[in-house]
Amino acid sequence: MSQPLLEASHLDYVYGPGCAAVSDVSLQVSEATMTAVIGANGSGKSTLIRMLSGLLRPQSGSIVLNGVPFDDWEPRLRARQIAYMPQTTATAFPFRVIDLVLSGRTPHTLRFRFESVRDAEIAMKALEVAGAAHLADRPFTSLSGGERQMVILARALAQEPRVLLLDEPSSALDLKHRADLIRTLSRLRAANGLSIVMITHDLQLTGTFDQVVALHEGKVAASGPPREVLKDVLLREIFQDQNVRSQQVGEQTLVWVDL
Amino acid sequence: MTAPASKRIVLAIVTLTALLAVSVVIGVSVGNQHIDLTTIFSDPFSQTLFFRLRLPRVLMGLVIGASLAVCGAALQALFRNPLADPYTLGVSGGGALGASIAIAFGWSARFFGIPLVFMTSFVGAMVAVTLVRAIARTGAVVLPGALLLSGVAVNLVSAAGVLTIQYMADSASALRILRWLVGSLDVVGLDSIYRMTAILAPAWIALLLLSRQLNLLAMDEDTAVTLGVNIRRCEMMVHALCSLIVGVTVSTGGAIGFVGLIVPHAVRLMFGEDLRIVLPGSLLLGASFLILADALARSAMPSTELPVGAITGLMGGPAFLWLLRRRQQYSAM
Repeated sequence: MSQPLLEASHLDYVYGPGCAAVSDVSLQVSEATMTAVIGANGSGKSTLIRMLSGLLRPQSGSIVLNGVPFDDWEPRLRARQIAYMPQTTATAFPFRVIDLVLSGRTPHTLRFRFESVRDAEIAMKALEVAGAAHLADRPFTSLSGGERQMVILARALAQEPRVLLLDEPSSALDLKHRADLIRTLSRLRAANGLSIVMITHDLQLTGTFDQVVALHEGKVAASGPPREVLKDVLLREIFQDQNVRSQQVGEQTLVWVDL
Repeated sequence: MTAPASKRIVLAIVTLTALLAVSVVIGVSVGNQHIDLTTIFSDPFSQTLFFRLRLPRVLMGLVIGASLAVCGAALQALFRNPLADPYTLGVSGGGALGASIAIAFGWSARFFGIPLVFMTSFVGAMVAVTLVRAIARTGAVVLPGALLLSGVAVNLVSAAGVLTIQYMADSASALRILRWLVGSLDVVGLDSIYRMTAILAPAWIALLLLSRQLNLLAMDEDTAVTLGVNIRRCEMMVHALCSLIVGVTVSTGGAIGFVGLIVPHAVRLMFGEDLRIVLPGSLLLGASFLILADALARSAMPSTELPVGAITGLMGGPAFLWLLRRRQQYSAM
């Protein structure tokens, strides 16, 4: 394997005494791959992705992007490489959807310039790819939770990153839109060489991913191809439930819990 | 589809500059004494009235209105709270307490040519905004309710402080504090306008230079950070600049309320949410707004003048309640 695009080594993050969120987590993301981060609530998934996005500084360990240590990147240039899609966006102001998506162009525009016609085209294209073009002129505050997720995905895509970090992007999406999201991300991986790191509780959706990283109490419990990681024994341990079942059906791994 | 931001800002600046020009003409024409504007260079009485009283008062309205409105727009974006403004966050209150301390010791004290009252007012405003933010921020989020409530608390404490100083000061100082507290644009001559503008204009420009960062912050704090905004630096700059601007205006014109609340929202309704338009738009519209409010204050009663703070308060209170109601309708957040 060539030099990974994004490499995190031995990351630690402690919020307070006695509650380590992440300890000794390492992760490699190669170009044009999809990585799922799974684990129970409070297992450190969001903390990990917030460190990868630059929102939190790891207390020890290192993150290297494209061969350059994270802290050596100028923030604006780093933003051209990595985009982060938060779980929710609670803006108090009724920004229009297209303006919100256009703001994703910030790392590519000069400081005292407005976005160009080309930026507007890229933003519109990103909305189409995310399946939200019909929302372009709506105020963001009038959208449903699922529509908001599609719009903030478009915003991250307008950034034209090489690595896309997603924190539960499908949590408010219906069945069809969940499938659409994965199809879209797979297409971007193939067509643009985009690398994706995605936190998700939809274990079914990870069948087409290149690797799954399972976190348990802040540590990596297992990582590898989906069919190796999504095994009953491991899932029972990380979710602390003896009734978790998983089954391989063709390319898909079905995971459910006996009630 | 609506015009892109680069077109909207031109429209906004042209429209609001025209409105400001009209407001200035109305402002200098209104008053107890009628001035025939064609005679201000020939008739000495008209000349004195115009250049010593009328024009300075209008310019004072312009400078203070622009200052409060641009700070309101910046604070709303920084705290992602449509109800934030220098008055509701207690920044004006803190500034007022700082100013009254200096007034009790005498107006005219200077340090290196800068009036002492500007400095104490700036410090008071800075303490208030720092305190309010520290209370309202828990972890990564600024709680909107806690922000406004701590603003109320800072205002109450400041008001009590001002009252105490007023009681302890000699009667001349006490009267000066009382007159100034109500919020008035009374000014004689242009000297104090020059002094204020020398400090305020650079601060306005510095604030306008932050409008792109503030636009990203108003949308979402986390995404703003990942897009390259240095949030700590931006926050400190806005705190310092707004405290400076509010400090200087409060120490001269008193705590004139709600200008920073109403004006940015009016600009938003006209030209959209983009802070790169809302900030310069608020600067211009704030100037017009306070000039017109003061013209109304001077002409509402046949025999006497109302303080302009009373007019803005009467308009701002209902506007605040309307915004609060509208905010509750969004409260999916």
